[in-house]
Amino acid sequence: MLTAQNTITWLDKFGDAIEKNKAYLSDLDTPIGDGDHGNNMARGLTAVKAALADKDDADLTTVFKTIAMALISKVGGASGPLYGTAFLEMAKASKAGTTDLPTLLAAALAGIEKRGGAEAGDKTMIDVWTPVLAAVQAGNLTQAVIDDAVESTKPMIAKKGRASYLGERSVGHLDPGAVSSGYLFTALLEVEAN
Amino acid sequence: MKKIINDPKDVVPEMVDGLVRAYPQYLKQLPDTEAMVRSDTASMAGKVGIVSGGGSGHEPTHAGFVGKGMLSAAVAGQVFTSPTPDQIYAAIKAVDQGKGVFLVIKNYSGDVMNFDMAKDMAEMDDIDVKSVVVDDDIAVEDSLYTQGRRGVAGTLFMHKVLGAAADQGASLDELDQLAQAVLPHINTIAVALSAATVPEVGKPGFELADDEIEYGVGIHSEPGYRREKIKPSKDLVAELLGKLDDSLQLDQSHQYAVLVNGMGATPLMEQYVFSHDLLDALAEKGIKPAFMKVGSYMTSIEMAGISLTIFDLTDAKWLDYLNYPVETIAW
Ligand SMILES: Nc1ncnc2c1ncn2[C@@H]1O[C@H](COP(=O)(O)OP(=O)(O)OP(=O)(O)O)[C@@H](O)[C@H]1O
Ligand SMILES: [Mg+2]
Repeated sequence: MLTAQNTITWLDKFGDAIEKNKAYLSDLDTPIGDGDHGNNMARGLTAVKAALADKDDADLTTVFKTIAMALISKVGGASGPLYGTAFLEMAKASKAGTTDLPTLLAAALAGIEKRGGAEAGDKTMIDVWTPVLAAVQAGNLTQAVIDDAVESTKPMIAKKGRASYLGERSVGHLDPGAVSSGYLFTALLEVEAN
Repeated sequence: MKKIINDPKDVVPEMVDGLVRAYPQYLKQLPDTEAMVRSDTASMAGKVGIVSGGGSGHEPTHAGFVGKGMLSAAVAGQVFTSPTPDQIYAAIKAVDQGKGVFLVIKNYSGDVMNFDMAKDMAEMDDIDVKSVVVDDDIAVEDSLYTQGRRGVAGTLFMHKVLGAAADQGASLDELDQLAQAVLPHINTIAVALSAATVPEVGKPGFELADDEIEYGVGIHSEPGYRREKIKPSKDLVAELLGKLDDSLQLDQSHQYAVLVNGMGATPLMEQYVFSHDLLDALAEKGIKPAFMKVGSYMTSIEMAGISLTIFDLTDAKWLDYLNYPVETIAW
């Protein structure tokens, strides 16, 4: 179950992971993209942190919406609208009354798919979201599930986003958005464990 | 990295501020954004607004083409990164005159998604918005299963044609039809000699040996289709023109507009040498361009190289649009 409080903690931990791995994410984005994924995400998560600073007493929907707006207005690139849409869809689902994690994540993933038009296997963040959601629904999300999902993007041929310009040459590289999504779910695991 | 900048994080806001203060007769900045709108608001009255934008690093695109007869507003994103929907939306709102707003988007997943979100926001405010996604770069295979072709220097012709038509009172639907009609007739292909360095990244987007070139490179260091040793200008012309000929089927009975575009670090001297070889090669095919421009219009920071755009003017009106007078910083 997600609450306003544990969602704030979740994003706080996610922000720390992004900040720590900013250069690594941009490096991953260099051979198969334009080298900006770490910078884009770091800019966004800094804004999320600032926007959440006075939201301690807010409800879950407000927290999701605050996160979405900060990401949409600060990240740019492809990942801004995608992560932003994910949190906006969770805001909508929570407004409709749910706090159930599998339901919220399913709404988020549907939003990402609709916004970007990519499917599982296209070598994008969706290749992490899809197996993670399945594991959450089955009640057995572990770090190994996340790591395997991230790793699964390595042999894929990119079909969406900048990496698709490389075709076959995108094989052998991790997808940067999949790696950042991996951090998102590792942070979620840490929050769930507490 | 050697650049005339302050903190790499501040490059875009400082550039926008410098640009707007240097050219107040053309541009004004919307508060708290990196969106720049036409200062000559009277020239927009009663007309459809044209909004373009994208990542920074392509100067003078996009803001250099804001002005009477061309764009109504340009939105600058971070370097090589799409602008965000809130800023695009602010620009749409600022230029809407009740006749709707037309968006010119380059085909990158980031740009398409951010502009789409801005469109959703504007529609909630009852502003009619239509758009075109420019994909003139023939270096990339077009296919249903990929992102498709990229939008590059040919976007300049799209801006010009739409701007002229809008200034003459075309409706939103007419602009939409015009954009769709023009789109397949603009094709571009590039060759790079060296890469661009994004300030916040600090190192070049790719490495080329001193004597190496790469054909088909995009405007954000996207990889091309072939690397080889540097060749004389006429051989570069033969390669690029050959590709364009394959896709456009050049025909001496047609009229063409040509853009020889420097990518940032390539001097005009080299662009004119290339133009000399290009005009010779076209003449051999019995073609004399009806319209031609040479210069650095769609750059990629300090990348060295040239892109060649050919626009097949299948409708005679399009040439009039290209020749239509404008008041901008850079056309
Ligand atoms: N259509 C899509 N659907 C899902 N995920 C996508 C899509 N396009 C890109 N991505 C994800 O976004 C990541 C890249 O994000 P990044 O912040 O680097 O934006 P970008 O593609 O460089 O945008 P821009 O072109 O504006 O610079 C990819 O690694 C991929 O996971
Ligand atoms: Mg990127």
